[in-house]
Amino acid sequence: MKIAVASGKGGTGKTTIAVNLAYVASHAGERIALLDCDVEEPNAHIFLKPKIREKHSVGVLIPEVDQKKCTLCGKCGEICQYNAIVSLPKKVLVYPELCHSCGGCALVCPEQAVAEISREIGKIEQGQAGHIWFAHGILNIGEIMSPPMIKAVKHAAPPAELIIIDAPPGTSCPVIEAVRGVDYTILVTEPTPFGLHDLKLAVGMLRTLEINFGVVINRSDLGDQGVREYCDENSIRILAEIPDDRRIAESYSRGEIICESLPEYQSIFKTLIQTVVAKTGNKLKARA
Amino acid sequence: MKELVIISGKGGTGKTSITGAFAALAGNSVLADCDVDAADLHLLLKPRIIQKHDFYGGSRALIRNELCTDCGKCREVCRFDAIEIRGPVSPHRQKTYQVDPVACEGCGLCAYFCPAQAIQFDPALNGEWYISGTNYGPMVHAQLGMAEGNSGKLVSLIRQEAKKIAEEEKIENLLIDGSPGIGCPVIASITGADQVLIITEPTLSGLHDLQRVAELTRHFHIPAMVGINKWDINEELTGEITRQAEELGLTMAGKIRYSRAVTEAQVKQMPIVEYTNDGISQDIRELWQVVMGELNKS
Ligand code: SF4
Ligand code: SF4
Ligand code: SF4
Ligand code: SF4
Repeated sequence: MKIAVASGKGGTGKTTIAVNLAYVASHAGERIALLDCDVEEPNAHIFLKPKIREKHSVGVLIPEVDQKKCTLCGKCGEICQYNAIVSLPKKVLVYPELCHSCGGCALVCPEQAVAEISREIGKIEQGQAGHIWFAHGILNIGEIMSPPMIKAVKHAAPPAELIIIDAPPGTSCPVIEAVRGVDYTILVTEPTPFGLHDLKLAVGMLRTLEINFGVVINRSDLGDQGVREYCDENSIRILAEIPDDRRIAESYSRGEIICESLPEYQSIFKTLIQTVVAKTGNKLKARA
Repeated sequence: MKELVIISGKGGTGKTSITGAFAALAGNSVLADCDVDAADLHLLLKPRIIQKHDFYGGSRALIRNELCTDCGKCREVCRFDAIEIRGPVSPHRQKTYQVDPVACEGCGLCAYFCPAQAIQFDPALNGEWYISGTNYGPMVHAQLGMAEGNSGKLVSLIRQEAKKIAEEEKIENLLIDGSPGIGCPVIASITGADQVLIITEPTLSGLHDLQRVAELTRHFHIPAMVGINKWDINEELTGEITRQAEELGLTMAGKIRYSRAVTEAQVKQMPIVEYTNDGISQDIRELWQVVMGELNKS
């Protein structure tokens, strides 16, 4: 079973929820994998402190033109929708950062002058944090293509009873890649106007993708009633509420797992995981 | 004209609340919301929309079923798993091919290679963008459609339009609310800007993300400053961030205390400096003075 933890707005506590869910589930004897798919700013490792056992490079394919074979016919530049390959009067130029790796230029080149070579965009590190299998992707600085990186992190997952995906914030390409194919998504929000506005966008995205979801309200005693009213009106299930406790903020700032430093919060996360599992119609082997 | 982009690396550090406060302090500037994935600045500045435009960021494929011969070529060339096979539609047709619009990357290969010319490949409506008026100056902002991509292109467009307005109306400052992360929309919002202000928070995650985003501004040779929001949540880490900021070549621009008034102001839909004159607003004023000083130097 795959569960994603996402949020339209950043900084609502997505990583906290993902990490603590993994923690309580692993302590209940489940085989858990946590995939940090926030490849632009991965943070889950700060809390889980995994022992990294393996590292590998992630690449995307880009064209390499053999200028000797090239007749400057211009076909490659015509098919490319991203201006990543341009046929100039004397030479064909490739702009690697703009390339989406569609393979079109190599397919249309009548002279077989285009080869596809791999270009690194980031790295995956994987290892173990207690009973939790861990992986995260780290996008290289200056790279714009996070979706292929996210796809690679998702591919790295071992067979596990429960895979928890920490998704990037927002509602566009990277998030869509992270939640694609999951059984359930937990949307984390704050009960504020910003939180509500971004929650609506995230809900729209998940409904378009036809993915089941529920909402967790973090720092639930702040702000106003807007998020609750919206969820009520739209029959969206509120899975849990976590109060605005200064001790949580401090423990978070030090990179601690809330369930460890403030054990009284374990029950919230245990109930949350059980609720989500029940929603997906799955069963976990242990009673979390 | 000077362009300041406010970004954060890590999300939720208060970048939009601070941009809103800056708008109020600046009096008259051009404002742009480049956090197109989660555009919230309008909730504080209450723009009155003057112009509305469609945004076409790229093209998308659509299979015209009546022309398709079910040969499967499109599925073979598509590298984005965007061509789906659907089951029998009639006794004569065992399967049909369809494009998953969300997965389609808009590369156009399927349309190019379809032997039956059955695939339409037209510009796709990805969202809308607006030119508005606010009490603090003109504002350019946008709304990306549900599950739409091309946010980087939209960001570039918004910045370009905002610059045009600043030049035409001879407005000195352009304030841009950037997006979190270090990827496509962030790069589109900072390239070529005069100054970047990074808003961080004293948490280990905040520090980690600051290091990454500082590498990004250095990579693109953009002068960057740091403001620490909620600095009193962890004073030790505030000290550590201040120390590291210097090592990273960032100008320390100021610190803002934690206050629940930020959320209260948000609920009242107003910039924090108009909601209260308390300590937090003083902190933001001091930060704004330093930022203005640096911006004028650049
Ligand atoms: S692989 Fe596709 S995106 Fe990349 S250069 Fe070739 S045609 Fe353009
Ligand atoms: S399609 Fe091939 S031959 Fe034609 S310009 Fe491109 S690389 Fe050269
Ligand atoms: S390539 Fe054209 S004809 Fe062949 S299956 Fe695709 S849409 Fe139909
Ligand atoms: S345009 Fe490209 S991505 Fe979209 S369906 Fe066709 S081949 Fe696939």
